[in-house]
Amino acid sequence: MQQQDSATETRASIDDADVARFAALAEKWWQPGGPFQALHAINVPRLTFIRDHLCRLHGRDMRDVKPLKGLRLLDIGCGGGLIAEPLARLGAEVTAIDAGEDAIEAARLHCEKSELTIAYRQISAEQLALEEERFDCVLTLEVVEHVADLPSFLEASAELIRPGGTFFAATLNRTAASYLLGIVAAERILRWLPPGIHQWSKFVRPSELVAPLRRHGVAIQEISGISYDPLSRSWSLSKKLDVNYIAFGIKS
Amino acid sequence: MALRSLRYAAVYEVDNKFRHMTADGQISADLAIAGGGLVGLSLGVALARAGLDVVVMDGEDPARMRDAAFDGRVCSIAYGSKRVLDGIGVWDLMAPEAEPILEIRVTDQNAPLFLHYDHREVGDHPLGWIVENRVTRIALLEAAAACPTLHHLAPVSVLDFTPEGERISAGLADGRRVSARLAVAADGRRSRLRQAAGINTLEWSYDQAGIVCTVRHERPHRGIAQERFLAAGPFAILPMTENRASIVWTEQTSDAAHLMAMADDAFLAELEARFGDYLGALEVAGPRFSYPLALTHSNRYAGERLALAGDAAHAIHPLAGQGFNLGVRDVAVLAELIVDRARLGLDIGAPDLLAHYERWRRFDTMSLIAVTDGLNRLFSNDIAPLRVARDLGLAAVNRTPRLKRLFMRHAMGSVGELPRLARGEPL
Repeated sequence: MQQQDSATETRASIDDADVARFAALAEKWWQPGGPFQALHAINVPRLTFIRDHLCRLHGRDMRDVKPLKGLRLLDIGCGGGLIAEPLARLGAEVTAIDAGEDAIEAARLHCEKSELTIAYRQISAEQLALEEERFDCVLTLEVVEHVADLPSFLEASAELIRPGGTFFAATLNRTAASYLLGIVAAERILRWLPPGIHQWSKFVRPSELVAPLRRHGVAIQEISGISYDPLSRSWSLSKKLDVNYIAFGIKS
Repeated sequence: MALRSLRYAAVYEVDNKFRHMTADGQISADLAIAGGGLVGLSLGVALARAGLDVVVMDGEDPARMRDAAFDGRVCSIAYGSKRVLDGIGVWDLMAPEAEPILEIRVTDQNAPLFLHYDHREVGDHPLGWIVENRVTRIALLEAAAACPTLHHLAPVSVLDFTPEGERISAGLADGRRVSARLAVAADGRRSRLRQAAGINTLEWSYDQAGIVCTVRHERPHRGIAQERFLAAGPFAILPMTENRASIVWTEQTSDAAHLMAMADDAFLAELEARFGDYLGALEVAGPRFSYPLALTHSNRYAGERLALAGDAAHAIHPLAGQGFNLGVRDVAVLAELIVDRARLGLDIGAPDLLAHYERWRRFDTMSLIAVTDGLNRLFSNDIAPLRVARDLGLAAVNRTPRLKRLFMRHAMGSVGELPRLARGEPL
């Protein structure tokens, strides 16, 4: 299932400085209490949102342990496979791509230990869009705030969805609250994230996703906030979109 | 019983049921449960019905467990536990042989009635049920046989559990290994797997023993349970089917040994002296058992990719009839935490899940231990001022409807943060 791509292919939307930052962390993707703990923590609301929308749309039972059986998913910017693995475990046929060689290597190693089958490839969304394969669902989670050329990235992502397929994007909003919580608190005070992992200026407002995606035939249907509750020390879906949020769309 | 047991044959065709067995005998599943007793099987059935691959390993041959004659042991099943058993499809299989408890009368020595619980005060359902362990076990074996993803591996001996990063692996005495994402030790009070995981227990014993036996009586008990606090300790009469009652009789250890050694007619005379003649003539049916009264409480309910459930986590003495109910609550909580993760494709053996389980269950168990221990200490004596005080206490509780209802709901297992199954909702 796994394919090896040349590391020298076109990397249109990829920001090289960001790729290097992640490479240094590749080993640590799955480490409990490690630098990606924040991504593990928001997995419950992110996966809930994705599963619930896909189950509703495809008439699947959310109580099933393999509700996504047969759906062909593309995870763009998969990192160590934190979202690709759960989705594969839910029965989906997952292709997962990332620009970082170390991340893909870490993901492949972990996938084997988890006894799952995921097609990992080191390739950009733009490059993959030149190939023929189209997917039932394309996911870009915590990715758009890291890409160098957002319009090109969104165009390629939309292109990779089959007509009638679905799209999910999760990112950080560009607000005063996201500066305080997403940068100052998360990186500098609470140390949930490695310092410098995010640039606030690259955070993406919901409107900056909705308008370009509409031009490429993807209509955003719902946007939900992902918020932290300090009392229960857990993350859940919420109505507050000012920091973390996740969007769901359908391609016409 | 005989007719029903024919249908269990499928349970024992174990080895060809595995979907994930490799040539070298390695078995792979989502969940590996050590201990196929009431708690281990309940958890296995709950999660296999939710679609997970479950292996239940037990040292006892299920055919022998099924065919065992009535051994006198019963469980008091609280209303909350009944809902859990209902939610996992087991209750209907045991309901015809469950005797409802409609009233509980608590008395102190020779004093008149002090505390009276009537099921009509809490709703339209009984306060609980008395069910023979044999009946519960057969119902669970039948439910397990109906689960295509539950593999009952017995008799086998589990030697060790070894966490291996993303998985945990159990070594069997026959050389095979069972690999899973999470292991559960439901292997009883003296849990070998708990010891192997290096989890210590806090134990304390009383110089008391509980004698358990079954009596047949002349007149119907009308669903009334009696709890009598005698000088040596509590004496409970629990209504069973067919004009029978289960006796849980607490005595000083030396006196209990003496009673156990008595000839049948002498033992019956001692029993009659405590039971009274309100149900007519008595007859002891089946063997007598004696258990030392002791508490075993595990310092932790979880280890690396390991959860403890039932008596392996907390074995309390039978005074309040709550042992199995605590185990059923472990099952309901653990099953909920596991399926919620599994339905998102997440790791069911993750440390935060296990920490959540431990937090959730410890509070409930600790408070119940405090109550049963306190009750036993308060009532197992004959000191006059204390007697007056506790008589006043019971009378006061009986006259305060809100306090009384709270006590009742506690005994029925409907207080605290309840898991979905205990609330009567699907898993």
